Amino acid sequence: MVNDGIDHGDGIDFARRRFLTNATCIVGAAGATAAAVPFVGSWSPSARAKAAGAPVKINISKIEMGQMVTFEWRGKPVYVVRRSPETIQGLNGHDEIFSDPSSLASNQPSYVNGIHRSIEGKEEFLIIVGLCTHLGCAPMFRPEVGAQDMGGDDWYGGFFCPCHGSKFDLAGRVYAGVPAPTNLDVPPHSYETNNIVVIGVDQEAS
Amino acid sequence: MLLALRDWIDARLPIMRAWNTHMAKYYAPKNFNFWYYFGVLSLVVLIIQLVSGIWLLMSFEGSSERAFASVEYIMRDVDYGWIIRYIHSTGASAFFLVIYLHMFRGLIYGSYKAPRELVWIFGMTIYVALMAEAFMGYVLPWGQMSFWGAQVIISLFGAIPVIGEDIVQWVRGDYLISGITLNRFMSLHVVALPIILLALVVLHLLALHEVGSNNPDGVDIKKNKDANGVPIDGIPFHPYYTVHDLVPITVFLFVFCFILFFMPEMGGYFLEYANFEIANPLKTPEHIAPVWYFTPFYSMLRAVPDKFAGFLVMAAAIAILFVLAMVRQKSS
Repeated sequence: MVNDGIDHGDGIDFARRRFLTNATCIVGAAGATAAAVPFVGSWSPSARAKAAGAPVKINISKIEMGQMVTFEWRGKPVYVVRRSPETIQGLNGHDEIFSDPSSLASNQPSYVNGIHRSIEGKEEFLIIVGLCTHLGCAPMFRPEVGAQDMGGDDWYGGFFCPCHGSKFDLAGRVYAGVPAPTNLDVPPHSYETNNIVVIGVDQEAS
Repeated sequence: MLLALRDWIDARLPIMRAWNTHMAKYYAPKNFNFWYYFGVLSLVVLIIQLVSGIWLLMSFEGSSERAFASVEYIMRDVDYGWIIRYIHSTGASAFFLVIYLHMFRGLIYGSYKAPRELVWIFGMTIYVALMAEAFMGYVLPWGQMSFWGAQVIISLFGAIPVIGEDIVQWVRGDYLISGITLNRFMSLHVVALPIILLALVVLHLLALHEVGSNNPDGVDIKKNKDANGVPIDGIPFHPYYTVHDLVPITVFLFVFCFILFFMPEMGGYFLEYANFEIANPLKTPEHIAPVWYFTPFYSMLRAVPDKFAGFLVMAAAIAILFVLAMVRQKSS
């Protein structure tokens, strides 16, 4: 028997048989794809997970000069550092050691300055998401200027990620030559009063 | 009576044929050395892990509120719970130890070459599945290393351009590592990956028994057969190698039990001290390094000063072993 699509008189129409086989395969594949939708889709964040992202209000009045306090927002650590005028002044003048000194490629709201990375007039407080932009560990606060284990004279104080060794300065700007690609994220935030900050609500919207 | 039962079954299910194909008339080279112990040892560890895992799951709870406490409950309140957990945790490291030595044997004797390419590729797939299994298992106790290890490894997918961040969120099922992630990892660790691993082990062995084992001298025993078609340089796997393998199994179990009873934490290399603290999403442990069997990958990520390049180097380190089967075919 030759499968050439021609009826040889034995009552078998191979063209029709091939068409039916192909049609069955296509419909079956479409059905399998449709059946995969709920299985793939059920891995996405659930409604409960989505609802857990409300803004938080924090009181920053008790933070001492040079101190860092960690707050929780959407399950993530948010670092708030109170910086002295000398620290803010010291952020300038050594751009060459950073990957992105003006935060052009980094994730931050438009109302935040790219160098000191605070809202204008609120330079005293650095508010950043405390998760390394490499693989998401929480960097340690290492404010001591010139710490020997952090690189001595090239260390102006900042953050060190214990997972893969990325370094950031006291504006959360990433050093060049470390695995992290961008500066630490600045979350959307706004000042309700001088002491109360809302994390998760943009400055303009408040 | 028993023989009659055997024949009754054999007429309906070819048990004698299977026994002969894989044991009594499966001829293995007679010149196996020390390096050929680790295949059978990895089967032993697989059984240890399956049995201890089934028992652990009887007392473990997979919610983020209860997971850490339920591990403490297993360690302190469940009769013999401590030994079952230490068997499972020591078994994880033992698994990688024997698998790494088994892979090294394949590399030094060229066991990945024709006609054993598929054996090698199935073996490599087992290695990748085993890494996923070990990683997800390490997340379940919900300690500090569980959490931050999961954070780093899942974030690795974020290094993929454009779609990376969406994949990360899809795998986590949340905007951060949470109880949702823990639940799905338990399902994968306990059900999905063990089924895949067992299927791959069956394929690995079937492919091996089709082409036969390599040996230190590289002699093809199938080329030199006696009048009955039996390889002259081969011996039947049963009883020769089944009995022979009891020796390394015994030695292995001695070492295993010594670690189990006297040093189950192995100075922080098998069980990391930071993991005796419950997961805290706001604070990474100061000294963080993966368990010993993942340290090469950790060093690659640390050494490459670029997120995506680091990910590529890591992926290439595994991919290069896969393609070994395809290259260097003519050189020996």
